[in-house]
Parts: sequence; structure tokens; C-alpha cells
Amino acid sequence: MASAFEYAPAPESRSVVDIAPAYGLFVDGEFTDAADGKVFKTVSPSTEEALSEVAQAGAEDVDRAVKAARKAFEKWSALPGSERAKYLFRIARIIQERSRELAVLETLDNGKPIKETRDADLPLVAAHFFYYAGWADKLDHAGFGASPRPLGVAGQVIPWNFPLLMLAWKIAPALATGNTVVLKPAETTPLSALFFADICRQAGLPRGVVNILPGYGDAGAALVAHPDVNKVAFTGSTAVGKEIARTVAGTRKKLTLELGGKGANIVFDDAPVDQAVEGIVTGIFFNQGQVCCAGSRLLVQESIQDELLDALKRRLATLRLGDPLDKNTDIGAINSAEQLARITALAEQGEAEGAERWSPACELPASGYWFAPTLFTNVTQAHTIARDEIFGPVLSVLTFRTPDEAVAKANNTQYGLSAGIWTEKGSRILAVANKLRAGVVWSNTFNKFDPTSPFGGYKESGFGREGGRHGLEAYLDV
Amino acid sequence: MSDRLSVFKTYKLYVGGKFPRSESGRVYEVTTKTSAADAAGKGNWLANAPLASRKDARDAVVAARKAFGGWSGATAYNRGQVLYRVAEMLEGRREQFVREVADAEGLSKPKAAAVVDATIDRWVWYAGWTDKIAQVTGGANPVAGPFFNLSSPEPTGVVAVLAPQESSFLGLVSVLAPVIATGNTAVVVASEKAPLPALSLGEVLATSDVPGGVVNVLSGRTAEIAAPLAAHQDVNAIDLAGADDALARELEIAAADNLKRVLRPQAVDYFETPGTERLTAFLETKTVWHPTGSLGASGSSY
Repeated sequence: MASAFEYAPAPESRSVVDIAPAYGLFVDGEFTDAADGKVFKTVSPSTEEALSEVAQAGAEDVDRAVKAARKAFEKWSALPGSERAKYLFRIARIIQERSRELAVLETLDNGKPIKETRDADLPLVAAHFFYYAGWADKLDHAGFGASPRPLGVAGQVIPWNFPLLMLAWKIAPALATGNTVVLKPAETTPLSALFFADICRQAGLPRGVVNILPGYGDAGAALVAHPDVNKVAFTGSTAVGKEIARTVAGTRKKLTLELGGKGANIVFDDAPVDQAVEGIVTGIFFNQGQVCCAGSRLLVQESIQDELLDALKRRLATLRLGDPLDKNTDIGAINSAEQLARITALAEQGEAEGAERWSPACELPASGYWFAPTLFTNVTQAHTIARDEIFGPVLSVLTFRTPDEAVAKANNTQYGLSAGIWTEKGSRILAVANKLRAGVVWSNTFNKFDPTSPFGGYKESGFGREGGRHGLEAYLDV
Repeated sequence: MSDRLSVFKTYKLYVGGKFPRSESGRVYEVTTKTSAADAAGKGNWLANAPLASRKDARDAVVAARKAFGGWSGATAYNRGQVLYRVAEMLEGRREQFVREVADAEGLSKPKAAAVVDATIDRWVWYAGWTDKIAQVTGGANPVAGPFFNLSSPEPTGVVAVLAPQESSFLGLVSVLAPVIATGNTAVVVASEKAPLPALSLGEVLATSDVPGGVVNVLSGRTAEIAAPLAAHQDVNAIDLAGADDALARELEIAAADNLKRVLRPQAVDYFETPGTERLTAFLETKTVWHPTGSLGASGSSY
């Protein structure tokens, strides 16, 4: 049967992106070496090919970048909002112009399919800059008082799962509100942030307004702890988020955290099965499940368990895993060897604790970091794979009988970022959505994002919201 | 008549709608406030207040958690009615609070009366917010796709409130009312030196329509009671208004353990009309998406 549906390879061309053999830190409008001369290599997760060598920021570089941002803050915050808006509109436009280049770059450095960088990440990145550009000269009307003030220098630390999108989420509202920025991208995915530095140059953004410091956790920690940083924004793991919260305790630094999740995707017996299956797939296999709001726990009503799982397994068998640059690829590479090891260990623990593991027949490429789409059944709430965030293409299936039980199980987690509800009954959607302790609830859809829409967690998924009018608050003195 | 022996009042904690003594059996002396210049130092004895323990704090959290479902699930209109009822009851007890505030804060009767009036008005102000805050902070998001997308605020849960130390009544109400107006439940630690107005407020809450457990009032050593509250895994947020800088830092570090929402201490003139910050500090924003079915629009059709 498969042969009739075989696709010829359809790779996107690499020639649209020109990756230099080495990159510096971007501080005060210039690319520079790290103070101690350290560098690190960034590799393509799908081939393990070294893409470039990147300067590695240390504490001294953090200090230099914060000073540059502080100096730039005076002029940048004093600019009329309408002028800041035009800079942001310029950036948004340049991102659109260069979106193919950036999509290919992101796929190479991150390992996610080109289909996702091209159709999800990049359009959203541009949209975020457009959205917040429009706020820059309208802050008096945002509901935070008559003339809300920026905070100063924002220290921002972002993860590797959506490198450019997380940069946009952080930088666009910060600049719109008149703050200046020192941003540390993740050590496995520094390249798109460095390309963004070049976009800032093309846009004529004043030097020092945006500073990019590729580096490891130590650079992030130094940035968070720097006494002249006024605002800390972090997206990443809950453990690191807690550490950051302790670091800024007792200071006046404003803090927002977007942390882990263990989203429940609840399917009721009257759900439209085909749509639900698509939503489940989107929920957990989008970006190889390396998504904080992933629907990693499937809660299915017992009476339709067999039907739904059969349909889901059929669908999973059609997913195409392989070269992320191939336009037909659904599942790309895991971001790093370290992450692959973590996913592998948790999946093995799932088996050891008695859950039943299933994957479609799926050949993994010989080089690179790969993990087949995986489904666990016979999962109980006590299982590690039902409690810990796996951050990989691993779905744990639990069942329920009544809506109350579904809600109780969905809420039985330290996290509270996202949830999904699948049912044709409107009143049930509203009743269940009301009771779920989660910041984003997708009903009869999943993993939808938009710059106008606030996003953020309850409980240990962090605090603060990004996106929408709410996203401005994190960068204003209110 | 002048030699009639007055009846003292035994002040008790207010937990879960009941008035227990501290489980520790401890009390401490509460006196009138005297000026620092007064070398004698000690004011006149007013009452023995309960010296609440860590166990009392934990009991209060259990009561607050138990009350959360009902209170957060009540309609905003209903919460507004209940809060307004409290203001009515406070007005009826105005003279008692004037006396208590005058003693607690070393104020003249007219000054204490002004504080009590401002406090009652503050309570009325917050009573009117219950059914408006969602409209001010929530709303429809015009996403670029065929989706109905609505953001609305929800209470964050159980909030520990360290009441301001100096403003025993106006300050207390200014930090407590916004917490419960939005549907949270509260464990309040009263001003350490001047806890009596707070304990009497408990009596008012008990005789108005506020369900038991929605507000729990503890008196005692702020640092002693605050530590287990800041570290408690079932407390969702903490208002550090009544903590000094050193204690605030320590509590904020403890609060990071379950990522409590923290409102840091700040200089506040409690006579000023507040903004909405204390309402929004203990709200979460929930965004709900649903397809609109406009299949012609961009995006996927499920």
C-alpha cells in the first residue's frame, strides 16, 4: 500500500542561506569576540554537521552588553513611540523579506521540519513584530495608566525549541515599550538570533538597543543576576525558572517566567474523531513534541478508547520522519544529543513502570538525533511519563469515564500551561474549560498561536503573559 | 455606675468561619500605641491576642483551599453583594472600630474616625469591582484565523496576605479586599503590634455573608507565621506588604519553590484611591480558543 503513496524527495534548497564559519557576540551594534576568547560549535541535529563556530559569552561580556543596553536606553526610551514603531515595522518587513532564508537556517540549526519553520515559525515571528510595532505609539491607551514607563534594561533568556519565535516574543514587546535588550539564545540554536542581529543592522536600529549573547547557562545566570538589569524574562525549564525566581528575590527586578507543561488533551465520546486525531498529532508531534504547551497527556473517554487509538495509530503510521529540509517531512530531528538521551531515558522508564509502548514502523536515519513517534497506553497518573515533562514525541494515554474525572485528572499536575477539549457539545466545552487550571485552553483545535492572544501558565508553568495587550505589562512599570 | 466592672473581650483567631484559640495555647499582650519618645515604652494593656503557630497557619490554608471552589465559582454579582454586605456591617460597628483603631495606632478619636470611614469606603470600592475587573482585563482577541478567542481573568487560588504593620485597619482592608473581590481566598496575618482591628474584622465577616474559610485571620509574630505560608505547597500567592526587606527577601526565596505569585512590599499611601494592581496581581489570564467554522478564512478547518 505504501508504494502508491511514496513521495519523491523534495528538499528545500540550502543555497538561500549563507552561514559564516564563525560568529561573534552582538554587543553595542558590533560583532565581537568573547572577552576570554571562548567559542563553541553549533551543529545541525539532523546530520551532526558543524554549522558554525560561535563566540561564547561569559560574565564579562554580559557586563559589557548590559552597559551598552543601559547607555542606549536613555535615547531609545525618549524616542516618540511613533518612531520606535517605525523601527519595529521595518524589522517586521525585513523578516518577511528574508523569511525563506531564516526558515532554512532555523531548520538547519534546530532540526525541525522546514514545513514548520516556513509555515508556522516565520509568519508568527513577523506577525509579532507587526503587532507590537502598532502598540509602541498607543501605550497610553493600553489600560496601564496614562503614560506607562519602560523598566530599563531587559535580560532575556530563551530556549532552543522555537529560537526565532521566542526571540520575537521577547524582543518585540520590550522594544515597543521603550526598553533595551540583552538576549541570550540557547547554546544549541544561536544562529537565527545572530541573523536577527544583522536584521537590526539593516533596519538601522540604534546600537546597543538589542544585544545578543550566545552562550551557556552560566551566561544566562550572570545576565539574570546582573545588578543593572531591571527586567528578567525567561522561557525554559521549571527547575531553572525556580532558580531564577530565587536569584531575583529581594530585588526590584520584574520577572516573567514561561516554564514547563504537561498539557492534557481531553477527548470526549462525542468528539469528531478525525479532527481529534489531527489535533492530538498536532498537540504532541508538532516540533517533535519539544513544545512547553504540548498535549503530552491524552485523556480519552473510556467508551471510545479503542476506536480513537486505532485511528490515531493509523494516522501515526503515515507520519514521515527524516530530512527536516524535505518539504514533506512531518517529524524532524531532536534538537540535541542531550535532549535525545533525556527522552530515551524517560521512555525507558515508562516501559519499566509497566506502560505499554508503541511506535509505527519507522526507520531512523543513521546520523543525527532521532526519536520515533511514540505512544504509551496503560498509563496511570502515578507513572513518571504522566507526571514529568518529556519534551519529546512521546504521548501518554490515560482514560476517564465522566467529565469530572477528566477535569480532576487534567488538573492533577504541578503544571498549568495548556489543555485541549474535544467534544461537539458547547456547554461541555465551556464547563470543562472553566474548570481547567491552565493558561491556554484549545477546544476542538490545538497548538494555535497568535500575537494578539495572551499566552502563559498557571501554577508551576510560570507567571506573566506573553502576547496581546497583556504582554505589554511585563515590560512596563505598572 | 462608674464603678461597674467592664467585661473584657477574648480575642480569637478566625479560621474556616470559626473562632478558635491558637492550637498552641499561646497568647501575647497587645497594648495601646505609644510614641517612640515615650521612654516608658509600653502602652496600656488592651487584650491578650492569640499567638498563632505554624499549625494554625496550615489549618488556615486548608480552610482557604476548601472555600476556594465555592467562592471562585460564585457569580461576580454575588461576590459583589456579599462584599457590600460587609461594608454595611462595618458601618454598623463603626464606633467599635474607631475605638480599636485609635488604641491600635495611637490616634485621636476624630483621626481614627477618618481612618475607619476611609476603610469602609475602600471596602465599598472593591465590592464594586467584582463584576467589572473581567471586562477591564479580559476580552476577545482578534487572531488572524477562523477562531473565537477569549481571554478572561481567573483567581489564582489561596493567597497569603501579610497585612501592613502600621495601618492596622485601612491598610489591612486595602490588601485583603482586592484578594477576595476577584474570587481568591485569603489567609491574613494581622499587624503584629496592632492585631485587634483585624480580629474584630473577622467577627464582622462571620456575621455577614462571606462563606467560612474565604478569609482567615491569624494574629501573632509575622515572621513566624509567614515562613510556613511562603513555603506552603498549597498556597498560590503571597502579598508581602507587612514584611520588612530582609523578611520579604527570605519569603520570596521560599515562595519560588512552587512559583507562587509574589507581590513585593512597596510604599503605599493607603488614603489614596488604589489602582487595579492589587486586583490583577492575583489573577491568572486564561485564553480559550475555538474554531468559528468560517471555513473560507485562512487556517485549518478543525
